[in-house]
Amino acid sequence: MLLAIDTSTGTSVAVVDRDTGVLAETGTGDTMRHAEVVGGFIRDALADAGVRADELSGVAAGMGPGPFTGLRVGIAAAHAFALGISKPFVPIVSHDAIAWCWYRDGGAGTLQVVTDARRREFAVSEYDGLDVDGLPVRTDGPRLVPRDDVPGARGIRLDAAVVPAGAVGMLAEFAYVAGRLPLADDAPLYLRAPDVTPSAGKRVLQ
Amino acid sequence: MNRDAPLVLGIETSCDETGVGIVRGTELLANVIASSMEEHARYGGVVPEVAARAHLEALGPTIAAALAEADIGLADVDAVAVTNGPGLAGALMVGVGAAKALAVALDRPLYAVNHLVGHVGADLLDHEAPLETPTVALLVSGGHTSLLLVRDLVSDVELLGETVDDAAGEAFDKVARLLGLPYPGGPEIDRAAIGGDPTAIRFPRGLTRPKDQASHSFDFSFSGLKTAVARWVEQREAAGEPIPLADVAASFREAVVDVLVAKAVAACTDLGVPRLLLGGGVVANARLRELAEERAAAAGIALRIPPLSLCTDNGAMIAELGAQLIMAGHPPSSMDFGADSTLPVTDIQA
Ligand SMILES: [Zn+2]
Repeated sequence: MLLAIDTSTGTSVAVVDRDTGVLAETGTGDTMRHAEVVGGFIRDALADAGVRADELSGVAAGMGPGPFTGLRVGIAAAHAFALGISKPFVPIVSHDAIAWCWYRDGGAGTLQVVTDARRREFAVSEYDGLDVDGLPVRTDGPRLVPRDDVPGARGIRLDAAVVPAGAVGMLAEFAYVAGRLPLADDAPLYLRAPDVTPSAGKRVLQ
Repeated sequence: MNRDAPLVLGIETSCDETGVGIVRGTELLANVIASSMEEHARYGGVVPEVAARAHLEALGPTIAAALAEADIGLADVDAVAVTNGPGLAGALMVGVGAAKALAVALDRPLYAVNHLVGHVGADLLDHEAPLETPTVALLVSGGHTSLLLVRDLVSDVELLGETVDDAAGEAFDKVARLLGLPYPGGPEIDRAAIGGDPTAIRFPRGLTRPKDQASHSFDFSFSGLKTAVARWVEQREAAGEPIPLADVAASFREAVVDVLVAKAVAACTDLGVPRLLLGGGVVANARLRELAEERAAAAGIALRIPPLSLCTDNGAMIAELGAQLIMAGHPPSSMDFGADSTLPVTDIQA
């Protein structure tokens, strides 16, 4: 069983099990209150699933792409929870979870996953079905594109407002079974450099 | 939980230091700090997004290092404490998210505490003499410049005054920059001031005119001082005269330190509180400590300066404030608090 957290859009927390699926999932689409809700959601998801923290075998986290401030809250929480239960931290690309869900539910062909990246940009990834292990095949991205210049999707364009943590967790479970972990780097997918320019300073004296 | 001497792990991420401290009652077990200062050097000041990214990377390893230093496991921890403000919002949120998850994972109570009051709480970890209240506290760093009246650490703290523009540490950084010195400015100005005459140039002391006494008697302002230094230097340059760097640095530093100490001592005298506590990273400035000692002694004020490792932002002070709240019987914070970048000092615990 895994705890899964994704704050790349709103906040979503789930408890999943490889065999029985998503045991509990709780969340909000609110993109401004990640720090406020994340603790209560973790507590509630565990309670809803009837699972104690020490029964979990790891913590999966959506690494984005997503707006910096909120994205970090979920990753920090997942890291700390994993540390707290001395179990592995499993990073997952949030777009991969969306794609996995869509194919699992019967989608076929090329899929373009699109999420809001603020500042008039979208984060975009492209997929080409599931591989032999049942994991999504990402053929492009995630990368940022201007909102009015999203490349024409060869297949279906899927605009996602939320990333369900249940999908993040289940993808992690499937990857584990297939011996394919880690599926992603333990690094947030900010896709943008910090918004500053190095200053040489105003050198009055030389 | 041991309520007489709770084992508390404290997390501090309000600015550019990722701090994790562990205390048992008033006993300091660990105080580990990972600083992102070097990453900010090329920008000439703390960049919030750079600081927040660094916190996320540093937090796990810093918690692990603190546990190793304290020689305990997470199972031994009685409670988790975290800074929920004031500070940089994005940076605070990293600590808040992590602390909440850690508390739930360990099934331990969580105490969200005020960063500024934490600076005062740090003094309890210094055992030469117990902290007596009421006390005035002068907290000076790159992020804040505040004067507090602490009647009771866990229940009664009042803001007497604060900076209306730049923090004192920020003023050091900005003036260092305009003098062509690197970041962080405090130690650089100190070095440049060696051999300089602090009375060579009379730079302005912000908010000290008679008309400021009514509404701003305990407030600070450093942006006018920064401008005055810039103008003085520019005029010299325009006139083709050499710039006496040591004198400018020493005179600027004296203007900052003079107004900080003058207002802190005045607060003690006006309020009849013969105790002054210093905290914050600018306490590293030897001239500040020297002048505070001199004037406190002259005014019959007992001055307390915690060790420097407890003056700069750190997790131990947050753990200690959490421990004090537990020892005073305060219930834990509820799980729904957020990061508050402008948290008032009267909100000691969320
Ligand atoms: Zn501070």
